[in-house]
Amino acid sequence: MPMRRVDTDVSRFRRIVRGQIRKNLRRYVSQGELKTLQGGRVVSVPLPEIHLPQFTFGDRGGSGVGQGEGEAGEAVGGEPGEESGEHELEAEVTLEELAQILGEELELPRIEPRGRQSVVTDVRRYRDIRRVGPRSLRHFKRTFRNALQRQIAAGTYDPACPRIVPRPDDERFRSFDVTPVPESSAAVLYMMDVSGSMGAEQKEIVRNTAFWLDTWIRSQYRNVATRYVVHDAAAREVDRHNFFHLKEAGGTKISSAYRLVDRMIDDDYPPDQWNVYCFQFSDGDNWSGGDTAECMRLLDEDLLPKSNQFAYGQVKSAYGSGQFKHDLDQRFDDDDRLVTCDIPDRDGILDCIREFLRRGR
Amino acid sequence: MNLTPELARMAATARDAASRFGLDFPEVVFEMVDPDELNMIASYGGFPVRYPHWRFGMEYRRLQKTYEYGLGKIYELVINTDPCYAYLMKTNTLMEQKLVMAHVHGHADFFRNNAWFAPTDRKMVDVMANHGTRVRRHVDRQGADAVEVFLDHCLSLENLIDPLGLYIRRTRPAAPEPELDSERRAAGRVQRFPVTHRYMEPFINPKEALDRERDEIAEGLRERTNFPAQPTRDVLEFLLHHAPLQDWQADCLDIVREEAYYFAPQAMTKIVNEGWASFCHSRLMTTELLETREIVDYADKHASTLATQPGRINPYRLGFDLLHDIERRWNRGAHGKEWAECGDAAEKRSWNSGANDGLRKVFEVRRVHNDQTFLDAFLTPEFIEESKLYIYGRDPRTGQSVILDRDPATVKPKLLQQFTNMGQPIIELVDANHGNRAELYLRHLWEGADLREDFARQTLRALHALWTRPVHIETAVEGKTVVWSFDGENESSRDLGKSLEAVGA
Repeated sequence: MPMRRVDTDVSRFRRIVRGQIRKNLRRYVSQGELKTLQGGRVVSVPLPEIHLPQFTFGDRGGSGVGQGEGEAGEAVGGEPGEESGEHELEAEVTLEELAQILGEELELPRIEPRGRQSVVTDVRRYRDIRRVGPRSLRHFKRTFRNALQRQIAAGTYDPACPRIVPRPDDERFRSFDVTPVPESSAAVLYMMDVSGSMGAEQKEIVRNTAFWLDTWIRSQYRNVATRYVVHDAAAREVDRHNFFHLKEAGGTKISSAYRLVDRMIDDDYPPDQWNVYCFQFSDGDNWSGGDTAECMRLLDEDLLPKSNQFAYGQVKSAYGSGQFKHDLDQRFDDDDRLVTCDIPDRDGILDCIREFLRRGR
Repeated sequence: MNLTPELARMAATARDAASRFGLDFPEVVFEMVDPDELNMIASYGGFPVRYPHWRFGMEYRRLQKTYEYGLGKIYELVINTDPCYAYLMKTNTLMEQKLVMAHVHGHADFFRNNAWFAPTDRKMVDVMANHGTRVRRHVDRQGADAVEVFLDHCLSLENLIDPLGLYIRRTRPAAPEPELDSERRAAGRVQRFPVTHRYMEPFINPKEALDRERDEIAEGLRERTNFPAQPTRDVLEFLLHHAPLQDWQADCLDIVREEAYYFAPQAMTKIVNEGWASFCHSRLMTTELLETREIVDYADKHASTLATQPGRINPYRLGFDLLHDIERRWNRGAHGKEWAECGDAAEKRSWNSGANDGLRKVFEVRRVHNDQTFLDAFLTPEFIEESKLYIYGRDPRTGQSVILDRDPATVKPKLLQQFTNMGQPIIELVDANHGNRAELYLRHLWEGADLREDFARQTLRALHALWTRPVHIETAVEGKTVVWSFDGENESSRDLGKSLEAVGA
């Protein structure tokens, strides 16, 4: 296909968004929020946009004129705004499509699984067409197309009176084919610091991030196990709900979580059969330098060798010092298996996901 | 035109029906395009060839994704030219094509007849293409980055035009007299009475009187030397003539300004224009074009076009309903002083003088009005109630948007405000020699809504990039007047200490 004019403009735009050119324009880029509504069936897809500043009104105090039912005092419902409004796309999608959209938007590489792939399963997909089959699987369009072709060839088709009658040999049916797929499994282990300094906002960020990580990894493996560990001064395993809602107080000993996760891997997810992913979220405060040293040792000797990737996301909070990321970066600077990322606010979530997943490990 | 014979027949039928209905339009050229082509053309505002800029790419990507994820598609696209170009989407059903054709003839008629479109250039396709060539030439000489950065600055200032200036001859100020400052020039012009005896001087030409006269003249001179002599809203034109721009920069600014003026009438007439096109398609479809078997599909499409969403105004709906209301009222003679002053609601409702003047009135409305005058003239309290318009606002406790009020007496001013100056703040250039230091001073005529501050500050930077001397804008934040400034290095903010009342509050 020839290069179209619009392609030049599109690529220019994309390079600006990625910060490759015109770096000072990048601050006008709004990423939108990758969020799910209605129990994950509807997502709003973030499309990066650049809003050139102009002298314009703010949101006019959130007030305006609308049209519809309702008494004074009732909620308007929906998202009010100008009719051209903010460009956030809300699509109703399955989780698989969602992962695909995510992959496209963030330009994520597919994960290359490691470990033994000895288990092979047959996967059936309906993507074949046959001449015989049950009526319920008849491919309507193809059948009529064949009938039309035959009638035109036979000269019995009259455009003024386009009546098409399929014969049995025109009929086509959907059918499946079988592909052997090596099955690989992944274990995703989440760790979160629930000490006093992690507030509701920080947890919301972690929740969002974890959801997208989960969605992506699930799209890459047929068999995914997810476990959740929370810790303050001591670590324990909790279920998904508690992971996101638990409010503890007290100090922070990250090594406790590392030990527990290490034991989980040893007991349940031998690395030669599982692809192990660890995601740790914290505000970066640890109890003491001694404990941090212990953490480094655990990472170096146990966790890193056993996992595909160990990711550390540091959520900004009012109390956290952010020291831990510093320490990690210093110690494991050139180690591919460890990624660290700052999440300053909600807008940082997408960058964080991209950072965590872009290596395709 | 690349229509199939069937569609070409349909287009001819639609054209004839439109003429019989009384529409008056230039030749309409339909072009069949696939969704991707349509998205591409739409991202360029309807013009296939424009100057290169990333924002067209951004818009294209948005339209493309919207279509890809099944969130929406464009049915129709028509541009204001002679002949009038309209695009038909290949994937539309025949009924939809018919609908689009009828709708497009409504727009074509509107473009030709509505007074607000009178000054627009009908050869805009060529003009835009020329703009493209010119910008590309600048890119070749100056480099893509330089031109793009400059265009971005211009686009930040794009709305600093005088949309009504297209229709009014503004008084042209006489060229200011340069030289000398006003005090000294004034002193030379004070008239003394001739004195024969020296001692009479203080009595015939008393010092106080002379001083007073000198001050008055100086004041007058100051007014005359104000630059510009009168505040102007066409800031872009002013910059074009007076900012220290290189030739290619002036050319880019000129292009942005010309296109801004071309699009202004469309922004001014969203409701009447879409309302009129919908009014026409509904009339043409239901009286002439539809076949029986298409009626249900048509009704479905028509209804989804006119559907309202909570907290929003659908211009198609509001315009369509209001035109219908006008037609009904003028058919019954339900207008004018007598009707308006009638206090009996029942009598008002059953009012019928048998005038049967509706259609003529609707045609007149499409010739005369823009959105603001349209709403102002025809939005009756009865209509506001019937069409369930309301004011919404944020509940301070929950942060949720709630319905605040349905009183027509408050809804109408609010709506008018929303459509004043196309929903843009009114900003004028007051002084280009502020503080006698060649600083640019703009004033936002605050009427109750604040400017978005972070944007305003960034826009000042763009303005400074063109003007190169410090720039200021006077506005108000929650009724308190302030001046925001940018001097090339630092931003600053100064309270003027005046309080303003919101208009209509």
